[in-house]
Amino acid sequence: MSEHHGVWVYSEKTDLMLEMLTKATELAGKLKTETGALLIGSDVKATADQLASSGADKVYIVDNPALKGFNAETYLSALAAAVKERKPEIILFGSTRKGRELAARLATRLEVGCVPDCTNLGLDEQGRLVSERVVYGGSASASHVFVIKPQIACVPSRTFERHPPTEKKGEVVDLGIGQFDASKTETVEVKPLEAGGGKLDEAKVVIVGGRGIEKKEDFKILESLSYALGGQVGYTRPLAEDRKWFKGDWIGLSGIKIKPVLYIGAGISGVIQHVAGIRDSQVIVAINKDEQAPIFEMADYIVVGDLYEIIPALEAALKKLLAPS
Amino acid sequence: MVRVIVCIKQAMDVSQIKVDTATRRLITVDAPKKLSDFDKNALEEAVRLKEKLGGEVVTLTLGPEDAKTTIREALAMGADKAYIASDPAFEGGDTVATSYVLAEAVKKIGAFDLILCGEASIDSFSALVGPRLADRLGLPLVMYVKKLTLEGDTATVERNLEDSEEIVKVKTPALFTVTKELNEPRIPNLMAIMKASKKEIVMWKAADLNLSAEKVGEAGSAIRIVSVLAPKVERKKVKITGQSASEMAENLAKALIQDGVVKQVKM
Repeated sequence: MSEHHGVWVYSEKTDLMLEMLTKATELAGKLKTETGALLIGSDVKATADQLASSGADKVYIVDNPALKGFNAETYLSALAAAVKERKPEIILFGSTRKGRELAARLATRLEVGCVPDCTNLGLDEQGRLVSERVVYGGSASASHVFVIKPQIACVPSRTFERHPPTEKKGEVVDLGIGQFDASKTETVEVKPLEAGGGKLDEAKVVIVGGRGIEKKEDFKILESLSYALGGQVGYTRPLAEDRKWFKGDWIGLSGIKIKPVLYIGAGISGVIQHVAGIRDSQVIVAINKDEQAPIFEMADYIVVGDLYEIIPALEAALKKLLAPS
Repeated sequence: MVRVIVCIKQAMDVSQIKVDTATRRLITVDAPKKLSDFDKNALEEAVRLKEKLGGEVVTLTLGPEDAKTTIREALAMGADKAYIASDPAFEGGDTVATSYVLAEAVKKIGAFDLILCGEASIDSFSALVGPRLADRLGLPLVMYVKKLTLEGDTATVERNLEDSEEIVKVKTPALFTVTKELNEPRIPNLMAIMKASKKEIVMWKAADLNLSAEKVGEAGSAIRIVSVLAPKVERKKVKITGQSASEMAENLAKALIQDGVVKQVKM
């Protein structure tokens, strides 16, 4: 018998904790163990109560004024102390850039495994965690099994549905951890980014512009269609990086992954890194002048044509067909 | 003077991977190998620092013996010397085992100011080895660096998190993982390629690094691969036809309405 028990979730984002609690509840049910939510910060009582009535059997808190504001080293020392004391068998981390750093470093300190960006999680017949994730730039999905505990997996936002509120209320346990490592880095400035990241991965319709868009101003034709459909506009990595038209996150394997009801790719060739970020879309429409564009291989609707003509014409056609009579 | 260790990986060229459609298995045997994309950004930055401040750039790789060919490209880009940890015992290692080997190799390479790694490798894209290596060596770490300046023993770096942009100051020695925005890697000219053929590549086996056998390869790994399969592609691939852009657009609009993915429009 393993000395490790319990399925934990941790993220600096409460929304992600609530989503991961859904999966944690399922795994804990099969393993006949408890779910735990780990909360690190300052003045965390209100969030602790919310988690305790959203599927967490235990909410373990490390609540200290020294933890006001995220710092990797400080948070990591709190995390490591909590995990060493309570010995969970599974820890799910919210797969944000901060979360992935903590997961990787915690796993190193414990000499255990870590699988980032899991698209699904399950158990094998021995009750070991089995993870799935996209590899080789999106051309494959790899399944791994953990052979040492604790088993650490990172879960991107919106992978699982948010846990509904429960009548049963979990117990809030103050771990009383008060010793933290000092920071080895000094954050001198933090500027919020105005990127639509949060909105993009929740949008029902996403219209994405690629290299086929000649000027940044031309995005207004995508914006016009997107407004009509109540959607969001996104872009590919080259437009952010090579052309420096945008700051913040692009859609793709290294950026935001989206799963809208309708994806429309305009002037996108479909490099595998981009495709990996849109794979879970319900319906994919691809518009490209080049008949050989790889994106057509994974599109539901293939439009070989000039996006500058097709996009405004599509908007006009939808308005005509759906006009209130 | 600055001494930089750049961790570089010989990765599979993911754009060249073929799939056996019947079994969904990948055909990786003859997939070409290349220097992983973001590792080139790490290397370019190291070479620029050396050109500005003087010093040395060395590369560190864990990989098969044939990685030498790929690593020559790094030497042509301006690295002075390459170290490759290569041993059949390392095969099947996950990031726990890989970071252990790299950490021991770094200790053997000796004093340095910076270790630079790409944000992730293009094939496995785990972004784990950089932070694991930093933690094993007890180094300050900043991930996803997109701008780097070094003055004396203080590095100032900029990075994007999902919803914010940060400027962070760090005392060296430190480890950074870098993104593609950092710079535009140079393409070596013929002269540089010829010079590279004379540079030294040091090969280390497990015994050269005094590694414990139970901590490398599959024995030293915390996860095992169950399967690697191409995802199922179940797309309709319907080609929208029409005599003109407006006719095609109308046919597309009808299809989207019929599928129920567009139910209303704002006029």
